[in-house]
Amino acid sequence: MAADKVDPIHQFHINKLIPIEIGGYDLSFTNSALFMVATVVVAAAFLFLTTSSRSLVPGRLQSVSEMAYEFVGNMLRDAAGTQGMKFFPFVFSLFMFVLVANLLGLFPYFFTVTSHIIVTFGLAALVIATVVVYGFMKHGLGFLKLFVPHGVPVFLLPLVVLIEVISFVSRPVSLSVRLFANMLAGHITLKVFSGFVVSLSALGAVGVAGSILPLAMAVALTALELLVAFLQAYVFAVLTCMYLNDALHPGH
Amino acid sequence: MFVTSAFAQESAPSADTSHVATEGDTHSGTGVPAEAHGTFPPFDPATFPSQLLWLAITFGLFYLFLKRVVMPRVGGIIDVRNDRITQDLDQAAKLKGEADAAVAAYEQELAEAKAKANAIGQQANDAAKAEAETARKKVEAALDEKLGEAEARISSIKANAMKEVGSIAEDTASAIVEALVGGKASKAEIAAAVKSVAR
Repeated sequence: MAADKVDPIHQFHINKLIPIEIGGYDLSFTNSALFMVATVVVAAAFLFLTTSSRSLVPGRLQSVSEMAYEFVGNMLRDAAGTQGMKFFPFVFSLFMFVLVANLLGLFPYFFTVTSHIIVTFGLAALVIATVVVYGFMKHGLGFLKLFVPHGVPVFLLPLVVLIEVISFVSRPVSLSVRLFANMLAGHITLKVFSGFVVSLSALGAVGVAGSILPLAMAVALTALELLVAFLQAYVFAVLTCMYLNDALHPGH
Repeated sequence: MFVTSAFAQESAPSADTSHVATEGDTHSGTGVPAEAHGTFPPFDPATFPSQLLWLAITFGLFYLFLKRVVMPRVGGIIDVRNDRITQDLDQAAKLKGEADAAVAAYEQELAEAKAKANAIGQQANDAAKAEAETARKKVEAALDEKLGEAEARISSIKANAMKEVGSIAEDTASAIVEALVGGKASKAEIAAAVKSVAR
């Protein structure tokens, strides 16, 4: 078991809990799926139970739910205007899902759903797919104006359009990699420093004394990771809002 | 100081690496599938279909639950609160307006009452003055009457007295004539004589 603690990658391993295989695809219920379910259940239960009293004067927990709701609502309204409010449930779900997944991942022995690129990429692809589908539905080919900014000299236009297309295509990648890399790096660093504590204290009295520094680092990193968990959920939601704004108002 | 200790830590776990390697080997030896691939787990494509499926299921259900249940509820709570606040503010404004109106009405009534009081005072004053005037006039009239009566009586008394003066003079004159002349003067002569003297 000591090796589990020292190996910083072990926490990202996926174990099948209920093996399911359909059409040659491995669709097993894994620990990742378990923590997706946990994330959804925790987030939904929190939002549901804290608001069940519907108090006019909210208690602390109800305030938290309302704050999250209004926080995301204001974020979306600022970025995409009142027209963007039709995406409010989507952005709110994304924010709460990422936030709770990040926070759950901070618990020792818990799996971090968002530390897997495929999960963050799945969410980012969902965002971009929403933007593209809604953009073409709403504006038709006018959506392509997104790639042609106003007021650019004609001779620069091909270059600018090329840059715009590349930046648009790189959006799902940057959106997913940003969240994934932050969570992955944070958890590896945390594990490495915690591993130092274990390895050093195995060396005797000198080692125990020497392990104080990495222990302090691990504590500080936990605080940092808590911040990162919030920050990355916020960044993910803000960028989603900005991309949705492009779908609503393609002209720059 | 930080650098040296960090360096010390870096050298320390290196002793453990062989240990880690053996542990990892035993894990793969037990045939745990995810570890058997030997790739970095987040980049292991074998897990992608399962993760995407379960992400779609869980996130889809989460989205529906939030959209159908949680968000109408939270939005409702906030709307009700905002409505209540505006309602309370409206009511406060209405009550303030009512209070202002009451103050205005009170002041108006006070002014009216003052005016009325002045009018009543003035009226009473005028009435008292008029009464006093009539009383004075009545008294004056009564005095005048009494004065007239008294004057009439005085004049009648004077006339009587004057009349009596005439007869006394006649009597006196006839007595004097009798005594001096010794004859009797006729009454008519004496009366004529007295009358001419008195004139």
